[in-house]
Amino acid sequence: MSDMLLRVAGVSKHFGGFTALDQVSVEVRRGERFGLIGPNGSGKTTLINCVSGTLQNDGGTIEFEGREISRLPAYRRTRLGIARSFQIPRPFGSMSVHENLVVPLEYVAHRGSLHTADTWREAAEILRRIGLADKADTPSNRLTQVELRKLELARAMAARPRLLISDEAMAGLSPAEVDEILAILLQLNESGITIIMIEHIMHAVMRFSQRVICLDAGRIVCEGTPAEVVKNADVQRAYLGA
Amino acid sequence: MTARGRAFWIGAAVAVGLAALVAGTVNYEYFFYAAYIPLTFVVLATAWNILGGYAGYVNFGTAAFFGLGAYTAVVLFKSLEAPLAVQILAAATMSGLLGFGAGLLTLRLRGIFFAIATVAVIVIMETVFINWRYVGGATGVQLLRPAPIAPFTSYIKMLFVLMVLMAVVAVAVARYIETSWIGRGLRAIRDSEEAAEASGVPTLKLKVFACTVSGALMGAAGAPMPMYLSFIEPASTFNLNYSIGALASSMIGGTAHWLGPVIGALLLSSLQQIVTVTISNEVNVLVVGVLLVVFVVAAPDGILGLFARLRRRATARGTR
Amino acid sequence: MFSFDLLLEAILFGILLGCFYAAVSIGLSVAFGLLDVPHVAHPAVMVFGAYCTYLLARYGWDPIVAGLVLMPFFFLLGMVIYRFYYEAFEKRGTEAGVRGLAFFFGLALIIEVGLILGFGVDQRMVEARYIGRSLALAEMRIPMRMLVAFGVAVALTAALTLYFSHTFTGRAIKAVAQDEPALRLLGANPVRIKQWAFGIATAVTALSGAMLIIVGPVEPGLDRIYIGRTFAVVVLAGLGSMTGTVAAGLILGISESIVLMQFGASWAPAVAFGLLLIVLGLRPQGLFGR
Repeated sequence: MSDMLLRVAGVSKHFGGFTALDQVSVEVRRGERFGLIGPNGSGKTTLINCVSGTLQNDGGTIEFEGREISRLPAYRRTRLGIARSFQIPRPFGSMSVHENLVVPLEYVAHRGSLHTADTWREAAEILRRIGLADKADTPSNRLTQVELRKLELARAMAARPRLLISDEAMAGLSPAEVDEILAILLQLNESGITIIMIEHIMHAVMRFSQRVICLDAGRIVCEGTPAEVVKNADVQRAYLGA
Repeated sequence: MTARGRAFWIGAAVAVGLAALVAGTVNYEYFFYAAYIPLTFVVLATAWNILGGYAGYVNFGTAAFFGLGAYTAVVLFKSLEAPLAVQILAAATMSGLLGFGAGLLTLRLRGIFFAIATVAVIVIMETVFINWRYVGGATGVQLLRPAPIAPFTSYIKMLFVLMVLMAVVAVAVARYIETSWIGRGLRAIRDSEEAAEASGVPTLKLKVFACTVSGALMGAAGAPMPMYLSFIEPASTFNLNYSIGALASSMIGGTAHWLGPVIGALLLSSLQQIVTVTISNEVNVLVVGVLLVVFVVAAPDGILGLFARLRRRATARGTR
Repeated sequence: MFSFDLLLEAILFGILLGCFYAAVSIGLSVAFGLLDVPHVAHPAVMVFGAYCTYLLARYGWDPIVAGLVLMPFFFLLGMVIYRFYYEAFEKRGTEAGVRGLAFFFGLALIIEVGLILGFGVDQRMVEARYIGRSLALAEMRIPMRMLVAFGVAVALTAALTLYFSHTFTGRAIKAVAQDEPALRLLGANPVRIKQWAFGIATAVTALSGAMLIIVGPVEPGLDRIYIGRTFAVVVLAGLGSMTGTVAAGLILGISESIVLMQFGASWAPAVAFGLLLIVLGLRPQGLFGR
């Protein structure tokens, strides 16, 4: 099996006259903990939108496990093993927390299966692992912020991904809550899932990641270990301004 | 089968049995004429709700599918003297194809574009049939009813029972979709289409499927209409009131559950008939418009939602 | 048979008609294109404007003057409608999309029936010095009322384009359409701005209504065909593009005029809707869309 899980090569994305991504190339290895940082508007979410299929890239190629996926619709990519959480949580508001997880299970892992009891059981299991078991029957539009973030991650986990992209899952949370989410992500990585983390909370990214890239205005300005990236002058300039 | 499933099918059998009984014993023909319309709207509203309520894609084009079904029946009747059952199947097929095609074309787009596109489909359908002389063009064509199929002695009684059967079938289809993984996928699409897609739900495929099934049912409902009226012409067949009725019935009754469109259609259609007869047809449309706005603003979950709220408040008071 | 003269006349008429369509669609271009409000009641409000013009014309007012006088009242009406829509729907999130659409649908219905109850289903028209007369140009006869509508349309489009690019509120409106959170950070209140914009869109609709009744007789059900025409123009133009509205209007006007000439009036209503479907199917972002 190849070591390279995701290869993004020369990907660009334009919105009218605005260039959100400019020839971005990055490789993520299997099992890696990968951090993606950059100031607001630098293109981080756009990049993962292109990877997950929510957006269509304008140029370049995206390969997952050696297969070119840029023409595939998002749901196909999820079925191939790419899952993502959304920056602003998007729960299926009319459903309970439990049922929210049944959706990805039914459409990815248990597709074609008639054993619905198994699906609900697996969903309950995921809820337990992530700490939402006592909220299983709560309507998902009545959760607190941190519970919503956990639900986002749980839903991504339910898709049984090989690559999980977490988009600012910790924004606005208390330090204790940040640690909770971080622990979940580390646990997932230990079970073999490659994780790309987009975060603004620097200490979280630095503790978690093995490798980090920094985006600014649609371009990669630095790539390396957390320690290297933090000291890089371009990165500091990107965040603090010239 | 679950207990709920058994209850449903028993209820359905009772409904059909009751209809047959009424047809056999009641001899007041006007009743059957009057009852046919609300039953038609039960089918239309139930069909509408599959795409509009479950998936959240508002379809203004009910009249197009309904009308295409009616005209398909006419063409088959005029050319082959086809029996009603064949007309209905053909109508369902044609309107299902229209739903598939229109859906494929427009369901990639946001909800409002889809809604406007469905209005376009109505106008184009109507224009096509206005200009087709075989089916009477703009002035329409008269139709002579064949003899009713045994054991029925009256054609309108036969249509009545047929419509009850169709309503049961439509509700059964809607219920199956609602309670299955398909329904869950549709609800996910309505709640957050992007998250649904990211969760592995093939959103376009599901939407097109819902549009096809919805269209087919609407076409089936349209097929007996020319026989009911003994007449067909484009303006009244492709009338926007069918679209309004289907939409309003579902939104007023409640879009989350199959019972909503049924209740909404029966109540609204009956109310409409009363208002039209006692006041005027224009006030009837006004009443629908006002009710729609009131419910959409104040009671978004419809009548079913109101009942659910009352029940919750009663149990809360009970446990205190 | 194919006549070059007839074609030329159809094209010329189509240009005038097209500019008229562009002008009546501008209100929708702002309300839906910029503000993303599913305003399917826009044509109904326009027909309402036409009837108000009719009432004033009965007292001897010139229709265009009547339209201009109606604008401030429609401005207020627009602000009220938007406020209601915002409080009831937009504020409550994405589920509101379907219900907001149904709301405007119901509103259109209420307006249409209200007009029937108030004025009956018969057609109404106004009289003016320029209605009923034609201008002779080479071998063609051009109805004066079309020229007047054309003139008003051009003036209106120019005025709005200048407004949106050169005034502070105008640019704020364009900004809120593009990046609402950024606008909020700058201290501006997006809801007030949208309300103001919707008011302008509705005020413009008053003048559009006046033009409508100048160009031809009106009846309460007229809004149904204009849903097709206005949305066809707005979608073909591309959401948020004001100059695109003119181009799209011209395309629609000329197509309709040629179809009218070649195939007759029974095919004309399908042109707008057919064009709409084609655009939605092939290039949903329109000619100049964002």
